[in-house]
Amino acid sequence: MRRGWGTAVIATLIATTAIAVAVSKHRSRALLDAQQELSWERDRLKTEWAQLQLEEAALAAHGQVERVARERLDMQEPDEFVAVEVTP
Amino acid sequence: MTRARNNHRVEAAEPQPVSPWRARVILLGLGLGVFALVGRAFELQVRDRDFLEAEGAKRFERTVQVPAGRAAIRDRRGEPLALSAPVESVWAVPEDLLADTASLPLVARLLGQAPDELRAFLQARESRRFVYLRRHMAPADARRVQAVNAEGVFLQREYRRFYPAGEIASQLVGVTNIDNRGQEGMELAYDEWLQGTPGSRRVIRDRTGRVVEDLAEFTPPDPGEDLHLSIDLRLQYVAYRELKDAVDRSGARGGLVLLLDPRTGEVLAMASQPGFNPNRRDEIGTAGVRNRVITDTFEPGSTVKPLLIAQAMDAGIIDWRTQIDTGLGYYKVGRLQIRDFRGYGQLDLAGVLRKSSQVGAAKIGLQVGAEGVWSAYNDFGLAETVGTGFPGEASGVMRHFTEWGEIATATASYGYGLAVTALQLGRAYASLADDGRLRPLSLVKLDEVPPPLRQVVSVENAQRVRHWLEGVVAPDGTANRAAVPGYRVAGKTGTVRKVKADGYDENTHMALFAGMLPADNPQVVGLVVIDEPQHGGYYGGVVAAPVFAKVMKSAARLLRIPPADFQPPASEALTASTDQSSPT
Repeated sequence: MRRGWGTAVIATLIATTAIAVAVSKHRSRALLDAQQELSWERDRLKTEWAQLQLEEAALAAHGQVERVARERLDMQEPDEFVAVEVTP
Repeated sequence: MTRARNNHRVEAAEPQPVSPWRARVILLGLGLGVFALVGRAFELQVRDRDFLEAEGAKRFERTVQVPAGRAAIRDRRGEPLALSAPVESVWAVPEDLLADTASLPLVARLLGQAPDELRAFLQARESRRFVYLRRHMAPADARRVQAVNAEGVFLQREYRRFYPAGEIASQLVGVTNIDNRGQEGMELAYDEWLQGTPGSRRVIRDRTGRVVEDLAEFTPPDPGEDLHLSIDLRLQYVAYRELKDAVDRSGARGGLVLLLDPRTGEVLAMASQPGFNPNRRDEIGTAGVRNRVITDTFEPGSTVKPLLIAQAMDAGIIDWRTQIDTGLGYYKVGRLQIRDFRGYGQLDLAGVLRKSSQVGAAKIGLQVGAEGVWSAYNDFGLAETVGTGFPGEASGVMRHFTEWGEIATATASYGYGLAVTALQLGRAYASLADDGRLRPLSLVKLDEVPPPLRQVVSVENAQRVRHWLEGVVAPDGTANRAAVPGYRVAGKTGTVRKVKADGYDENTHMALFAGMLPADNPQVVGLVVIDEPQHGGYYGGVVAAPVFAKVMKSAARLLRIPPADFQPPASEALTASTDQSSPT
């Protein structure tokens, strides 16, 4: 009878670990999926960041700024070195 | 049902003996079956195992490239000069797309083509398994193509290089080819640094292409590192703008502007005309790609006079009180007739520089002697490469002094018979500006300042020459147009006849101006060269000096260099900072 009990215990353990393996495998796949999802997101954000940098550079191009400053805002380069006190 | 039972009963009722050979045949059959199974199992599990595993891996394991992406090139303040942005290339399997007659017109419309045009294009390439429909599309447009879900249409991620500064810094920054390898300029010089190496990982994919398992093999990508150039894009823009304006207005063949920080040896701006737009592939390979500052040599003319005088004083052959008799402006050396604009009579050294007297310079040169003049220029680095690592850097030409006769010595004294690059000449002036310390130049932003190469002339002599050079910019000097109101400017003009097929041409010139600001403690050194100006004069003081003045005026403001008589306000709220790295 003792031997029968031992077999039963081992059988249960085996069954449990077998299920545990399956569960952890499933979880690892789910995590991998999530990780892929995130790395796609990172990719997307990187793309957007690159585009925004380009857009910023295009809008802030010196020639463009100069044109707007001179023509639209009627500004000019300061002729003399003037120190202005600024209170923060 | 009853019939079956009846039959059974019939069989049971009349049992027949089974012949022994039938049992044996069945046993043998079963035995053979088992043997075949075991044999096949052995074959698969033991004999062909490695082959089959490899075949299996081939079908579901994939090595995924993890692209590193080429790093950016930025100016010293972090403004982008070259950026890689991801783009999509659309490719197709012609046969599959042709079969999908419903989607083809949609795809064609999104690609901006007529459906018939696309169909013809694909039919011509029907036997191929891969054909690009469009390379380097904006990601948003490419996704719209993908959304059609047409058969045999795929996207491929690629990187495209963009140059936000465009033409302003194009020769320095350079360009890459369509495969993102450096072709010109700093893109080429620092290709490996920027490139990085793509990583890879080994994964198992399921039927739909999703990664289901990440195998342990993983090589992380090694991204290239951002390259910070020493130039300040604000100064570069001003240099570019003023140079282009001057070249256009004088109808010149080209020109260059170089700005240096004499205290560190960093190049602050480097403009060259004609230029090119690096964002347009068809302009690559034209003459505009050449970076004249680094790759072109020219005769420096009168701009070498201060270098010679500083060295002659340092050698003790003349001293600061020396007077030179330039007489009526004529001086004969052998067959060579040296002429000044007019006779200046007795001149001190400051006067020789202010009037840019050829006679005075030749007389000093002949006193110093061939070897003395030669080593004076050598000490200032006019015969050695600056060593920036820029592709195509020229090294200048100067014959050895043993080949110089009297005439060669005299002409070398006022800057003929030797050729230098703008970098070499700019560096020599930077050493005058930095109290005689000759520094290595750098196109890349420095974290710490390397020690100077050598002390070329003494501190006092450097300061003395700088002070005299202020006279050149004074109202009665040759370059009063180089003056920047409010600042002490020191500099020297040069007007050089160019060598044509039959010797020096009276009608083609190069106009030069080299100078620094503020004269007592220079923070910027500038060099302007205009090549073959056609209209509005050709003298360095007329063509090059105004460009220098305009660029320097902006540089002083942008670098927050206080003017000579500037009294900082008592309040601590504002200090006229000379810190050039802080944004304004």
